[in-house]
This record gives sequence, C-alpha cells and structure tokens, in this order.
Amino acid sequence: MKESYSDLMRALRSGRFVLTGEIEPKKTALLNEAIKSAKEMHGHVVACNVTDNPRGRAYLSSLVVSYAIQRDAGLEAICQMTVRDRNRIAITSELLGAAALGIRNVLTMSGDHTTLSDNPAAMPVYDIDTAQFVRLVRRIVDEGVDLEGNRIVGAVRMHIGIVGNPNAEPLEAELLKIGRKVRLGADFMQTQVIFDIDSAKSFLKEMERHNIPILPGILPCRSHAVAEFVSKNVPGIKVPRDYMEQLKRAEDCQDRHAKRERVDEVNLKYFSSVIQELRKTTRASGAHVMAVGYEGMVRKLAESL
Amino acid sequence: MIITKPKPKAKIVEMVEPFKKVFIVGCGTCATSCQTGGEEQVKQLAGMLGKKGVGGVVVEAPCDLRLVKRDLGKSKGKLDGADAILVLSCGAGVQVIGDYSGKAVIPGLDTLFIGKIERIGRLYERCRACTDCLLYETGGICPVTRCSKGLLNGPCGGMADGKCEAGGHTRDCAWVLIYESLKRQGRLGLYSKYRAPRDRSRKAQPQELLSR
Repeated sequence: MKESYSDLMRALRSGRFVLTGEIEPKKTALLNEAIKSAKEMHGHVVACNVTDNPRGRAYLSSLVVSYAIQRDAGLEAICQMTVRDRNRIAITSELLGAAALGIRNVLTMSGDHTTLSDNPAAMPVYDIDTAQFVRLVRRIVDEGVDLEGNRIVGAVRMHIGIVGNPNAEPLEAELLKIGRKVRLGADFMQTQVIFDIDSAKSFLKEMERHNIPILPGILPCRSHAVAEFVSKNVPGIKVPRDYMEQLKRAEDCQDRHAKRERVDEVNLKYFSSVIQELRKTTRASGAHVMAVGYEGMVRKLAESL
Repeated sequence: MIITKPKPKAKIVEMVEPFKKVFIVGCGTCATSCQTGGEEQVKQLAGMLGKKGVGGVVVEAPCDLRLVKRDLGKSKGKLDGADAILVLSCGAGVQVIGDYSGKAVIPGLDTLFIGKIERIGRLYERCRACTDCLLYETGGICPVTRCSKGLLNGPCGGMADGKCEAGGHTRDCAWVLIYESLKRQGRLGLYSKYRAPRDRSRKAQPQELLSR
C-alpha cells in the first residue's frame, strides 16, 4: 500500500464516499471571502480545490489561498496548478513552495487558453503539458529530483490529481490520454461536470481498469440563470432541460427567502439522487462538488449522504 | 511557404516620410505566392510613392544573399541613389537587404507564419520550426503548431466536440485530428505514447547552422 500524505488520500483509500469542494479566488488582495467559504465547508468536505486563474483571469494566487484555508479554516486544500502561466522552472519552484507550506494535494491542469482571459494579449506558456507535469511531480515526490535530475533538499509529500472529461467527444481520445497520466503516476482524478448520470456511468466503467480513485464533478446551480450560463458557455456540458425547468419553477416566487429554499430543494433532490446513483451503481470514490459560492448546498449534500 | 500580409498603407506612408528617394525590393518566392511582394505589388507601391520612388526590382529570394547580390547588382545605380529601401518580403529578406545595402530598410509586410496556401485568401499555419519534427508519430499533423497550447500528450479539457477552445470552438482540435489520423493508419499506439518535455534551449537563442 502506498503511503498517504493527505487527509484526502487517506479518505479515498479508506473506501468511504468522499466529497470535495471548490473555492475560486477572485481579483482581490483580500483573503477573507475564501476563508469564509472554507469555514462554511469545513467538516462537510474532506478537502477543497482552490482554482488557479480559471478562464485565464488573473486572480488571487491559488497557492496563497490554499495555504490560507489550511491555516485559518483547517480545511485541506487541493491546490490547482496550471501549465498555462508557468514554465517548468516556475512550476518546480511553486511545487517546492507548496510542499514547504504544507500543501499535500496538487491538481495538475492545462488551464484555459490565454486568448479567453481578461488579459488576452498575454503569452501562453505551456512549456510542459499535464502528462509531463504528472511526471515532474512524481519525480519530485518519489526520487527527490526535478525533471533534469537536480537534487531537492527535503522530502516532498504530495499527491497528484488529474482531471478527466466524461463529456469529451471523441471519448476514446480522452480515455487514452487519461490512461497515460495514470501510468505516469497520478494518484486521483476529478472530472469535469456531469449531469447525465448514464454517460457518467459508462465513463466510470471505462475507468475501472485504471484502478484510481475518481471524484466525478457535480455542479449544483444557485439559480436558473447560472444553469443557463453553464449550458450556453461551457462547451461540452449539457445541462438537462428538466433540471433547468425545475429551477425556473422554483424561482417563480415573490418571497426571496422562500425562493432560496425552493431552489435549494431542487438542487438537494437532484444532486443527492445523482450521488446515490453514483454510490449504488459505480465505483466512484465520491463526488467533487463545484458549488462555488453556494457552500450551504455543499453542507446539505454532505448531510444527505 | 513564409506567409506575409501587407502593412497598412498609412503605416508605410509614415515610415517612408523621412526619406527623399526610396527603392523597392520585392520577393520572387514566398511573397510572390502570397501576392504581397511580387511584380504587381512592387508596381503598386511605386505608384503610391510617386516622385520618391526611384525604381524597384523583384529579387528571386531576398533572404538568400547570393541571389540578392545577383539580382540587385543589375540595379546598382538606382540603388546607390536611394536613401531607403522598401522591402516586400518576410523579415529575413528585409534584414538581408539591410545588411547588403547598408541603407535604411522599411518593411512593407508583416511576417505571419510558415504555412500552407490552399488558395488565395485561404492560408494556414502548419510549422513552427520547432527544431525537432514529430510528424512521423503524430499522423502527419503538427501539435506544436496546430494545438493552441502546443501540447505533446493529447487534447486538453478545452476540447469539445472535436473543436478547440481557443478561437471559440471553431477550429478543429489538433489532437482529435491526430487521433483520427493515427486510428485510420492503424497506428493508434503512437497516440498513447508518452512524449517528454521539449528541449526549448534550441529556440532560446538565435539559431545558426554552420556546417562548413
């Protein structure tokens, strides 16, 4: 049995159903919002992703927020790190910094393209890709050396997460890519958002051969507008019509508080049933709840387990 | 082919402004194919320069010093009388002409990429001159050039329905094209192969090829 360095990895290897949450730092120099979110999720998720400049927006550093939520909220971080903005020197340096600050999980990602960002004239780096990133972290953790074999002082104890997309089309191109990253030594996988449980099931079935803990991504939407935005703007994600309609009906209410509760009811019912289905019919190790700014729903889903 | 496009007319007028006599050099190879620096474009620019223009010539390949010496030698008188040369070629050609003549050079074109000309108006980047050609193992499709992130190990999460996120899912994802090509050729094993990070030191400084 491989050693577990993080609460996340211990939980995943224990066989219990694991929830992870997500925090998205914003364009701010203040940590308070992120820490508040982390405190609200504490006890309901095992660990929490901290996004790394999603959609290429230059936001508060993922590493800094990861450290802050561990220190101030006691919530373990899954530090997202993209290869978009850093070459192999910067990535190595950041990994060492993360290790020094007690970060135990890193999620390796490509990062949305710079041309989609709020600084679209920026240079896209992509010196290495995510497969090479996995290899880099593996070398640092297992061999105590960087990509070139240069010796690192002090042990780095860190688990490597990868992402997979069950909605990818053609799917085989994605499956083969994931297989390569597993062979290179990934420890766990979180997936892009799934709504359609049937396609998620066939993806998870395909993944069984890799024997890696998988946390399918779910996205409870705070409002019909959010669901519509995701449906229209996140390519490859089809938000089911019946779920959208349920949200719309729930919002048809004058009282703000009641409206909130009705929307929560829809989400709780829809996603607890998705989670139940995952638990019953797949080997998913848990679910990654991407309810950014909707921490109350994370708590409710955790309580429904 | 080195693909070029003309600089805006106003920009050329601005660069030419300080000079009294300007000679024009076109390119008989790439810029002629792109219709940006052939005989016709040299004539058009001469018309635009009016009295400032002291002649023009299309050099077979302005990037090749041997051909520059041969072709510009014939226009020595006019060239000597000019105080600047407007060059309709890629950046390499502009620099060779500058080195050769010692005169101020004005680039009339912007250099875009190494690419394929399908037909006039349809030009596509196909090579980044990365120094380490991978095309054998990628089904004849270059990921360094055609993947917006230059990834070597498969598509990123931005691929949807076979399209690339950069550019708003209008262009094909290079890695899906590679996957399909290798699958068609019965060589899908190459798709799953791990490719190590590229040695970027080769492109980290100006390259020279000195064989003798």
